[in-house]
Amino acid sequence: MSGLIEQQRFMCSIGAMQSVVAIPRALPILHSGPGCGTMVAGFFERSTGYSGGYTAPCTNFSETEVIFGGVQKLENLIRHSYKVLDSDLQVVLTGCTASIVGDDAGQVVKQFAAEGKPIVYADTPGFKYTNYESHSVIVNAIIDQYTARFNKEKKPTDPKLVNLFASIPYQDPFWKGNLEEYKRLIEGIGLKVQVLFGPHAQGTVEWQNIPRANFNILISPWYGRNIAEHLQEKYDQSYFQFPYIPIGGNETTRFLRGLALYANEHGAELENDAVETFIKKEEETFYEEIDNLATFLLEFRYGLPSYVHILHDASYVLGMARFLLHETGIVPKEQFITDKTPEEYQQNILDIGGSISDKKKIPLYFQADAGLAQETILAANHEGRGLIIGSGWDKDLARKKNCDFLSAALPSPYRLVMTSGYAGYRGGLRLIEDIYNQALSTYR
Amino acid sequence: MTTVNLKAASVPIRENRLGSITGFSGTAGELVGQARKGCLKEKVRSFSQCLGCSTSNAACTLILIQDSAVISHGPVGCAGCLHEYAFTYRVNGVHRNVFEPTERRIFSTNMDERDTVYGGAQKLGDAIREVYRRVHPKTIFIITTCASGIIGDDVETTANEAEAEIGIPVVAVFCEGFRSKIWTSGFDAGYHGIARKLIRKAEKKQEDLVNIINFWGADLIGDWFKRLGLRANYLTPFATVEQIATSSEAAATMQVCATLGSYLGASLEQEFGVPEIKVSPPYGIVQTQRWFRELGRITGRAEAVEVFLREEEEKWLPEIETLREKLKGKTAYVTAGASHGHSLLALLRELGMEPQGAAIFHHDPLYDNGEVAADTLQNVVKDYGDIKHYNVCNKQEFELVNVLNRLRPDILLARHGGMTLWGAKFGIPSLLIGDEHFGMGYQGLVQYGKRILDTMENDEFVKNFEKHAVNPYTKWWLEQDPYTFLEK
Repeated sequence: MSGLIEQQRFMCSIGAMQSVVAIPRALPILHSGPGCGTMVAGFFERSTGYSGGYTAPCTNFSETEVIFGGVQKLENLIRHSYKVLDSDLQVVLTGCTASIVGDDAGQVVKQFAAEGKPIVYADTPGFKYTNYESHSVIVNAIIDQYTARFNKEKKPTDPKLVNLFASIPYQDPFWKGNLEEYKRLIEGIGLKVQVLFGPHAQGTVEWQNIPRANFNILISPWYGRNIAEHLQEKYDQSYFQFPYIPIGGNETTRFLRGLALYANEHGAELENDAVETFIKKEEETFYEEIDNLATFLLEFRYGLPSYVHILHDASYVLGMARFLLHETGIVPKEQFITDKTPEEYQQNILDIGGSISDKKKIPLYFQADAGLAQETILAANHEGRGLIIGSGWDKDLARKKNCDFLSAALPSPYRLVMTSGYAGYRGGLRLIEDIYNQALSTYR
Repeated sequence: MTTVNLKAASVPIRENRLGSITGFSGTAGELVGQARKGCLKEKVRSFSQCLGCSTSNAACTLILIQDSAVISHGPVGCAGCLHEYAFTYRVNGVHRNVFEPTERRIFSTNMDERDTVYGGAQKLGDAIREVYRRVHPKTIFIITTCASGIIGDDVETTANEAEAEIGIPVVAVFCEGFRSKIWTSGFDAGYHGIARKLIRKAEKKQEDLVNIINFWGADLIGDWFKRLGLRANYLTPFATVEQIATSSEAAATMQVCATLGSYLGASLEQEFGVPEIKVSPPYGIVQTQRWFRELGRITGRAEAVEVFLREEEEKWLPEIETLREKLKGKTAYVTAGASHGHSLLALLRELGMEPQGAAIFHHDPLYDNGEVAADTLQNVVKDYGDIKHYNVCNKQEFELVNVLNRLRPDILLARHGGMTLWGAKFGIPSLLIGDEHFGMGYQGLVQYGKRILDTMENDEFVKNFEKHAVNPYTKWWLEQDPYTFLEK
């Protein structure tokens, strides 16, 4: 079955309206059917931000627009949006309806842009992409239609300034915490970073300044690649890619050393001593905790998880599996990448997955249809106490398998995440806390 | 005139079937007057925010059926929020005697660009067979979406062919979002499919069985029914396919909310001979008495009902009086779907409070049963007097924000998620109650009154929140007439 999907863990294109919601004081405007905005808000839960969910203006496509087109309605909507809502950037997103009937939303948006409004549009019909892919479509649209306006002439670049493209806002439940940790780490080695999304970004100014950066950082095996490549082409910015989320001591250090080396090759002139001093201090803090925990991990005699199935996107599956094997001793068994990774990226991900351990092969499956992933896990048989890291959908699976369960992927109705993150040294410790708190809470 | 035609594959939307509207500004009495004269006119907004979608409302009548599976035929996003029903099923099952809730099996055909060109019927056919293999449900529902609707996939034929092949009902439910601004049209679509393909003609009657069309509220009515020698057959959340199939054997059908149950109630009466209780549901003393007496009349239990009402009065009236003293003259604003919103207005009046107004998502001049006596808004106006600032507004948050800023009621009552936030941002105590049974009967009046009192007394959180809340609405907008963008 190539088509059917049970228990989806991602959205269609228009789900990337959450990327707009994540930009400080940006306003999504939907040219779509009446349900798209609330469907998106419903998938992501507790995530309406400054002006998402019911607040987002929407043409609410009806039969009339399906027949006669909705361009005039969109123009009115945008004009009135300026009166009703305050915003620094507006992003018009089209849904299935507008795209199928062939409305030229771009033409309408261009009129407002010509008046000097900070408005852009992106073609995001639900049947075209997943939100993992359309995140790049939206970011590139902002770069081309907004950022470009502030960079008519080539401005001097700041050799220490970088842009970060990593967690997809809201689709990664830990995006705020992760971006905060990345910022702390990247600044820790002496660079300056624009994270573009969330409370640690400086609003639209960062988007205006994207071309001033020396290079870009991409932390992802595949999604967001289109952004990095686009910026390379458009502003001659190269990019440093780390192909999964760095969690814990080993990987965060590997990330920072790689980044420092890359930065210096590109003229950032970081002080190597300062970089190493920072890493050393961070590692000491991290391993002090592991040291303190080791007795518990080695000796707890009432049972702790010994193996894990992870159902998450490619970045998390690779990052968590590597971390759990090497830094907590939990062995990854069958792993499932549920983000509908395009085929062209799959081999590379399998190669990275193959390098997680020198000793054993960790089975890695691309399976957007999580119903089938669950069938495989149900049929699998492993010795010891199991752990399942997945979405709320997997709570029942864990119960059936008598496994510990950590909800870490969307949708996640059984868990509240605000600003905690799993990336970096601090994220690794947080992940350990969450896993073993779950396990310990079974003892009563 | 009947609005029910079970031979047709799809049910007409409310705008066309009932003449329902989504834009009105005036008093409740004026609205009822216009409805009676048949001169309701839909008004258009030149600025609008995200509405809801029929597909999720159809889903809400289908996903919680115990032994069914649901396929959304469209892009994967159209099934994005349906996981919420899986949570509801798990959490609320215990209130409805489902102690070991099974997983909700929700699928998407995951329509892509190629399908919009070549059609998605083949993919849907394959999906039905695969879902049958995985789940072995008693029935499979297919809910349609904007994309599958516009490209014109023949979902009905695909469903019928699959049904013949696998031997269980495969029900096509037509609920494309773009077809209606009244997303409750989705309820009608779900019930139409159920009435068309699941409900059987009755072979026998069960004189003590009463259908209750509801969402997923706690089983309060069941306890009352025991005292009257009746049994509650809740439709459709937490019911089995068999329970739904035999709903035709019931002695009567009641609705906790006519907005929800209008079409199924009328279908059961007109096509299966089950009488519907055609007065407002039992919220507030006046309606509780009227409703139970009607129940007694239809089910032949008039005397038992009088005993029941007397017992309830004796038990609850003293407490109701105490609450009335405490709540006297307090102001409130209501935002809700139509019929349940009317019920909340009745509750407020019974408690001695003053509803300053309401933003109600749509208005049906009459329900599918065509009875004037069933008009829940008219009944509120007749029983308690007119209501100022009665607006019909399909969840347009900007209008609500504007109104709340002006009226500053003592409390905001909301029935749907997302709205209480805007009361709280203005420091107004705001209350959403998810369980639609909570306010029913004498007991409900006490329960609701206590919660209102509690919410108003404990306002420290909203008062602090007001100081720090982010508000994206412009100063200009907050100074305009709230209906600036509604067609005159």
